[in-house]
Amino acid sequence: MADESIKVDTVLDAVAALPGVMVARRDLGELVVEAARGDAYALFTRLRDEFAFAQVMDICGVDFPERAARFDVIYNLLSVTRNERVRVVVQVADSVSLTSVSSLWLSATWWEREVWDLFGIPFEGLADHRRILTDYGFEGHPLRKDFPLTGYVEVHYDDEQKSVVYDKVKLTQEFRNFDFLSPWEGMTTLPGDEKARGDRK
Amino acid sequence: MSELTTLTSKTVEIDNHTINFGPQHPAAHGVLRLILEMDGEVVERADPHIGLLHRGTEKLIEYKSYLQAVPYFDRLDYVSPMACEYAFALATEKLLGITAPDRAQWIRVMFAEITRVLNHLLGVSSFALDCGALTPGLWGYVEREKLLEFHEAVSGARFHSNYFRPGGVAKDLPAGLAEDIAAWAETFPKFIDDVEALLTGNRIWKQRVVDIGVIPAEDALAWGFSGPCLRASGIAWDLRRSQPYDKYSEVDFEIPVGRHGDCYDRYLVRIAEMRESVKIVKQCLQKMKPGPIKVQDHKIAPPTRAAMKQSMEALIHHFKLYTEGYHVPAGATYTVVEAPKGEFGVYLVSDGTNRPYRCKIRSTGFSHLQALETLAKGHMLADTVAIIGSLDIVFGEIDR
Repeated sequence: MADESIKVDTVLDAVAALPGVMVARRDLGELVVEAARGDAYALFTRLRDEFAFAQVMDICGVDFPERAARFDVIYNLLSVTRNERVRVVVQVADSVSLTSVSSLWLSATWWEREVWDLFGIPFEGLADHRRILTDYGFEGHPLRKDFPLTGYVEVHYDDEQKSVVYDKVKLTQEFRNFDFLSPWEGMTTLPGDEKARGDRK
Repeated sequence: MSELTTLTSKTVEIDNHTINFGPQHPAAHGVLRLILEMDGEVVERADPHIGLLHRGTEKLIEYKSYLQAVPYFDRLDYVSPMACEYAFALATEKLLGITAPDRAQWIRVMFAEITRVLNHLLGVSSFALDCGALTPGLWGYVEREKLLEFHEAVSGARFHSNYFRPGGVAKDLPAGLAEDIAAWAETFPKFIDDVEALLTGNRIWKQRVVDIGVIPAEDALAWGFSGPCLRASGIAWDLRRSQPYDKYSEVDFEIPVGRHGDCYDRYLVRIAEMRESVKIVKQCLQKMKPGPIKVQDHKIAPPTRAAMKQSMEALIHHFKLYTEGYHVPAGATYTVVEAPKGEFGVYLVSDGTNRPYRCKIRSTGFSHLQALETLAKGHMLADTVAIIGSLDIVFGEIDR
């Protein structure tokens, strides 16, 4: 156990010392790095070449609409030689592009296409910038928080036109979003209940 | 005609055309639409179009409580449903800061391995079917049925089992199931021998798969391969060994590795993995002790039916769990399991409420399918079918 913690710290320290790293920490045992958008590509190059992170297992977006830099783009890197993972988080504002890492890792192409498709984050230098998961001719980016769960369009077969046509989505029953959130277990604090928790000011 | 024969140089018309493979094609393993640019019968470019089975799982999960999200995972990789649930259960447990009791962990490891056999049976037999061998498919389905009965016995459903829950499993093994599984584990290696007798040394089979779709180790890494496809290229990487979860650190098993990275090696690795899975199942049955099968914190796992008849508090807990669900502390985790097809990951972001803020599903086949062009280039059309079969892709998880 003691040996392990020493080893863990060296990796963390080494990664934290890289240029472009804003914050490096262990979160639930996982190495998490927050990087600046402009320096991210240089950081990825070093992580791949010097730290043997030969694989990018996953690239995904997370939407925080209330933030100025609205999106988090998460890169999950894996090194099979060092048995180590690192998660690099890059913040990016709406309609601002990121540098594509598909030149570093071949497999990044589809993951970046997916992030573009679902979140609308463009990637500079991505050779194939088509949508990937949604329908041909789809509009909007469905995993943004302001995109409704039901979507905007639906398809049906039109007997007169003899083809499948798009229509505005019609719900026979209104979409019901059950909000069961309550202060059970005291995890959320009710107004006027602030004194119930010691750590509140 | 006579003019042509007198010419010293002859004009060859290059037959270059594009064909549309799928989305409704039995060898497309679901709804793969593959645009193939062919030079005669040789593949020049392969452009997979995916997303025809996209159901917006990740978006739907954002509108469900953590417990309600579990069944969506069955519907991702529907050939190995419990392996997908496993990743979500572990990710949620990590954020909650809980660990499942010993017995639950053993049950999960055992069923993860049963699921692996279930997956490889279909993977291998449909791969053989793609290459024209019908019998392994028929046999495989008979054998799969036995395993699906175990699924049914333990969860009530053959496929969409909804069995691995954050904090443990839904129910304990019913009486007699452990003996049934033990009996199956004794007879199953004989079945693998039979399948191997049909395929491994088979001349026709080897003609179709040996040296087809070769991917060297470096390329396999660059394309983000994992699981049997990566091991077939000679990299002994298995998350059960390198980053063990639950009880995998306490079981003894080998990691089969291929040498050439071709379709044949991918097949052999899967066959060998089934034998290892049977070993693990046996060890689980031996080491399993009676005990609780889910965490005893009733803010997370529901109380028993009997308790609900007697205790007001148990009733309240039950009601709250199935309406509001539990709150998960704010945080994020990328948790992976060695699913039968490779690394299956869940990137789970919680904002402290009862619903996941974001649940990204890292599907295995997504990376594998992306390499299809590299693998199929220069091969015949029929080899492309063999390559798709050897990658063992399922569109439920790729399209999500």
